[in-house]
Amino acid sequence: MSEETAPFIASRPTPAVVPAQIEGASYGDRIYRWATLGFALVIPSLLLLIGVEVFRAGWPAFKAFGFSFFTSSAWDPVNGSFGAAPAVFGTIVSSILALIIATPLAVGVAIFLSEFAPNWIRQPVAFFVDLLAAIPSVVYGLWGVLVLVPFIRANVMPFVKDTLHLGDFPLFTGAAYGPSMFAAGCILAIMVLPYISAVTREVLRAVPRSQREAALALGATRWEMIWDAVLPYARSGIVGGVILGLGRAIGETMAVTMVIGNRHELSASLFQPGYTMASLIANEFAEATGDLHVSALMAVGAGLFLVTVIVNAIARWLVWRTARVGGGT
Amino acid sequence: MTTQSFTTQRRAAWRSYREQLAKSTARTLSRRRLVSQIMIALTFVAALVAVLPLTLITWHLLRQGASSINRDFFLHMPKPTGDAGGGMANAIVGTGVLVLIASVVGLPVGIFAGLYLAEQRGARLATGVRFLSDVLNGLPSIVLGIFAWGLLVRPFKHFSALAGGMALAAMMIPLVTRTTEEMIRLVPVSMREAALALGYTKWRTSLGIVLRTAMPGIVTGVLLAVARIAGETAPLIFTAFGNNFWSVSPFKPIAALPMQIYYYATSPYDDWHAQAWAGALVLLGLVLVISVAARFATRSRAGLGSD
Repeated sequence: MSEETAPFIASRPTPAVVPAQIEGASYGDRIYRWATLGFALVIPSLLLLIGVEVFRAGWPAFKAFGFSFFTSSAWDPVNGSFGAAPAVFGTIVSSILALIIATPLAVGVAIFLSEFAPNWIRQPVAFFVDLLAAIPSVVYGLWGVLVLVPFIRANVMPFVKDTLHLGDFPLFTGAAYGPSMFAAGCILAIMVLPYISAVTREVLRAVPRSQREAALALGATRWEMIWDAVLPYARSGIVGGVILGLGRAIGETMAVTMVIGNRHELSASLFQPGYTMASLIANEFAEATGDLHVSALMAVGAGLFLVTVIVNAIARWLVWRTARVGGGT
Repeated sequence: MTTQSFTTQRRAAWRSYREQLAKSTARTLSRRRLVSQIMIALTFVAALVAVLPLTLITWHLLRQGASSINRDFFLHMPKPTGDAGGGMANAIVGTGVLVLIASVVGLPVGIFAGLYLAEQRGARLATGVRFLSDVLNGLPSIVLGIFAWGLLVRPFKHFSALAGGMALAAMMIPLVTRTTEEMIRLVPVSMREAALALGYTKWRTSLGIVLRTAMPGIVTGVLLAVARIAGETAPLIFTAFGNNFWSVSPFKPIAALPMQIYYYATSPYDDWHAQAWAGALVLLGLVLVISVAARFATRSRAGLGSD
């Protein structure tokens, strides 16, 4: 642009003030540009700083126990031996349980809202579901520990054990305390539902209309249209949403800490108390005795950092790819 | 060339789908219609189930918490175990102090980073920063808590509101960055062009015209971010730590509403459970009011049509 106009300007005399103004302006522009760039770079630096900090602080524990830190289940602050296997196991089980419960619900809600619901239902229901993401974790925890856990102890556990006679099935053995992996899975399911549902709705919106119309024109029923033409198109985006939910479930702390029972034990039973990595840190950090204990908890935090960074990166990439293929809406 | 082969591929896919449908018409159409209706009904049931938790939680909070909310709750200090009543004045003010610290640190970073992302849309660096901002947003808040502990509590050997505020700021930055970027993108390019054509310098255009136009939306986003961090507990347990006494100093441990709810909820006393319900009701009310207000504020703005 400036190259084109330059000869034109040069051919006539210009007032002396203008160049001075432009000079000053470009100075301000340069400062502005560097300032916004600087602030933008705070974000990667912060992420890097967090990673360095937790890994550095967790290093003594990694050095002392090696890889067995994540495979051993001995957590004994008194004798200074630490193995985080039960917490890792609990994180995996509770997150997967949450996804098993939440995914069909969330995808169902998203399909209902984006394909079938009339406008006057869509808006309020979508808003209600989105609001679930706004409720503070500790409120979920309070509700979980004072309403959901007693309910599970009084109704769900006796029902499974006595009415269905599944008490000997490995998933349901043991005494019915209430605080349990199952309760944690339920709370987590409610908490990740809005995330999965929001992403799924967004991805379904990106599916072109022609895709739906083509299926209907070929004689598909409305459900066959969804199942055969819309969902395959949106698949990787939905998977991205589910993985995003996984990231939330893995890192969720307070609500889980309050309902999972916080017991350092490996148990196949969903009705037994357990631990997750996040709840282990929340529960013990403030009372950690000795440097190695702190370091072990930091090492758990470092593991959590690494896993959530990877999980989120994959999820974002999947969602971004689907939304881009969908014609940049 | 590639588009052509892509079209051919899709055409082939649709053809095989038509054949498949033709085969399935062998199963009666009425049965396929029935399956369709049942599945649609199931998605409706999913919507009902998804709305249930919010309804239940709100109902329980109102039933258990409403009776403990009175003037004392907002104006008095917590009472020791065994004494009924008392309030959470220190925790409410503490949450305010923490949010203020987080905002002072997080807002400039978030808004300017958002400006950068919106103005350098295509740049590779901007794409990277946007991606990392999403990753930061997905980090568990407890990790931010131990990070702030290692950075600001361990070296100084005592808990402080400052450390808690910093942990919350780290949560707030990606939230504010993304809203700012989105809101600035909604400002018509013609507005920027008009300002530049009138001789405004770039930076004055960005700050004086574009940012100002986007400001209502950004304020809404900031309020949502505040609602989010005000309810956080995990990053505060070993940074702000909590305090049973009155304190507003940034260099001392400070109470916060969500932490107080956590301590009360996990205690064995009924009086404290009642206080926890009341606190949770106040917190939920705060969050819901901000969310609903933000919803209506963004909806009334022209051309947003987000849903």
